[in-house]
Amino acid sequence: MELAIIFLPLIASVVAGFFGRFIGDRNSEIFTSLLVTVSAILSIYIFYQVLFFSYQENIIIATWINSGTLNVNWSMNIDSLSAVMLVVVTSISALVHIYSIGYMSHDPHKPRFMSYLSLFTFAMLMLVTSDNFIQLFFGWEGVGLCSYFLIGFWFKKESANAAAIKAFLVNRVGDFGFALGIFLIFYLFGTVNYSEVFEQIPTITEKKLSFLGFDVKAIDLICLLLFIGAMGKSAQILLHTWLPDAMEGPTPVSALIHAATMVTAGVFLVVRCSPIYEFSELALNVITIVGMTTALFAASVALVQTDIKKIIAYSTCSQLGYMFFATGVGAYNIAMFHLFTHAFFKALLFLGSGSVIHAFKDEQDINEMGGVWKNLPYTYTMMIIGTLALTGFPFLSGFYSKDAIIEFAYLKGNTVGYYAAGIGIFTAFLTSIYSWRLIFKTFHGKFNNKKIKISDTHESPLVMLLPLVLLSLGAIFAGMLFKDLFVEHGEASFWKNAIFFLEPLSSEHPPTWFLLMTPLLVTLSIPISYYIFVKNKEILINIVEINKPLYVFLKNKWYFDELYEILFVKSSKKVGSFLWKFFDVRLIDGFGPDGISNFVKQLSQKANKFQSGFIYQYAFIMLLGFSALLTFLIIYN
Amino acid sequence: MIDIGLGHYLTLGAVIFTIGVIGIFLNRKNIIVILMSIELILLAVNINLVSFSIYLNDISGQVFTLFILTVAAAEAAIGLAIIVVYYRNSGTIRVEEIDKLKG
Repeated sequence: MELAIIFLPLIASVVAGFFGRFIGDRNSEIFTSLLVTVSAILSIYIFYQVLFFSYQENIIIATWINSGTLNVNWSMNIDSLSAVMLVVVTSISALVHIYSIGYMSHDPHKPRFMSYLSLFTFAMLMLVTSDNFIQLFFGWEGVGLCSYFLIGFWFKKESANAAAIKAFLVNRVGDFGFALGIFLIFYLFGTVNYSEVFEQIPTITEKKLSFLGFDVKAIDLICLLLFIGAMGKSAQILLHTWLPDAMEGPTPVSALIHAATMVTAGVFLVVRCSPIYEFSELALNVITIVGMTTALFAASVALVQTDIKKIIAYSTCSQLGYMFFATGVGAYNIAMFHLFTHAFFKALLFLGSGSVIHAFKDEQDINEMGGVWKNLPYTYTMMIIGTLALTGFPFLSGFYSKDAIIEFAYLKGNTVGYYAAGIGIFTAFLTSIYSWRLIFKTFHGKFNNKKIKISDTHESPLVMLLPLVLLSLGAIFAGMLFKDLFVEHGEASFWKNAIFFLEPLSSEHPPTWFLLMTPLLVTLSIPISYYIFVKNKEILINIVEINKPLYVFLKNKWYFDELYEILFVKSSKKVGSFLWKFFDVRLIDGFGPDGISNFVKQLSQKANKFQSGFIYQYAFIMLLGFSALLTFLIIYN
Repeated sequence: MIDIGLGHYLTLGAVIFTIGVIGIFLNRKNIIVILMSIELILLAVNINLVSFSIYLNDISGQVFTLFILTVAAAEAAIGLAIIVVYYRNSGTIRVEEIDKLKG
């Protein structure tokens, strides 16, 4: 049964991918959705087993690599951590499969799309259920590959291809660090299996290594290298540039891969490796700082974007920042909690925005929308629920997880912790402003679209609304129901030994004023945003006018793309064109193939002249040759 | 009166041979001239053979000469026949226009 969870999506993918042409569009849609749904139900059953009966097992499917000391199994490791991920991945995936039936109804390549989605699900399950770093890396690359396929799904669109390549390349930077981290682990411990590595960690905490000429502690180095991988996949600042561009892909893809599952793989990695990270103070501080910088950066950029999906993409980036600084302050379980709730409400927001885009016939600019809330009542309600959950409105799911993150950052009690808590609160406020801006600009105010009439905007079909409803239930109740389960820690808790704490988390409570601050700010921001985005737009224009440089700075996403263009793209282009034009064309080709062929050509052109076709000349040459031969023989004989 | 010895004959043979060879490749006009030049070369060889045959008192040289004459006659006949056929095919037997061997 456990194996069925993994293999059903693979079977679905193979059938839809290779035989989709024979069984038809509709059948492959139903088949893949069905199999993934079954997988989701089984996952929930496993989660139930883990929850109530402390089920825990490592099922070895096959021996993958057995060479010298390198023993790698293809395994399915079920503990509380992977059970949570199983539920998140398969259930969101199943809902997205069903949603795609409606969303992709006008697309000519449905079986291919469904096949990629299922393949992605399989790769993601490989990632979360692995019991060693190599299988983790396999899943890691698998999801990256599927992400590439799906971003570039509309391969006729130039921008989609560019975005797909960008996502792949930026991830390569992270994966390079990740691979180095795995090499280092194998070098130090001689094994890549989690349990064996984690056992040996306490023995090497003082070991130093020379890396790039610096003496660093081995454990810091491992943690930082693994974290670079996590930064790439989870779109943390410096390696985040691919995520907004990835929105070129179809919206269900954005919901599944670029919000709920794949981008959280980085967080999962850090949580999974908590027995390593707990021993590295430096790495944890770096993670906290990177996380909170990302949270703030992405939220500030989201304030001024106009593309509905990009706003949500930056929001995802920002929430991932939250998860990372939760792990940075040692609250791994809270990071998982936020990952869990975030998957629901962010998938809800993405699918909701997909429904809006569908209604506006592929319009994504929120300035071209407005005033349609009466025409799209269900989508509107779902989006409101998603927004409330995202902003952390009291008693919805985001409220529990996000506030817990901020609390634990505060309780950490050091400078980084206080700083992170402050940034966390401020970012929560920004989150709330940009989320409500999205809602008000999309659904309220004047109808601004010139291409289609307001009466032509229509509510999405039932097959798209049903996943929205289920997700919104998750967005409302996931926090409330699972709060105690996730937040509790220690030997007896749900987590058992899946998450390792060097020192138990503080169980005190921050002061009441601190607890009230975030919900208060979040609630206050609703009327504020309503006022400035709907009622009185003059103020908004004034604010923009006064802070023009800041506005332009944010509008251009802190100039990261431009910076990278100058730093990396242009210089590597120069190096590339130098290698191409000088090294390759002039040196290698010049002396190699082209040089030799030119030489032979010239030589043969000269030799060609001998062949005049006149017999008397041939005879003359024969005579000369014969005379020379005779002379030679006579003289030397 | 000078005594005519082997050297004179050989010189005559060499001169005729040289004329024949030069006739082959200095000739730009007519392919029949080449045929005649080949005959000249053969004659030069015959003179050599006969001279040595008498000088060495060995009859086989003269026997060979007879063979060569016979073969030369046959060769001339075949050569002329080829030239006639060639003229019918390409309408010319001018040496500078026969360059079909050119690649």
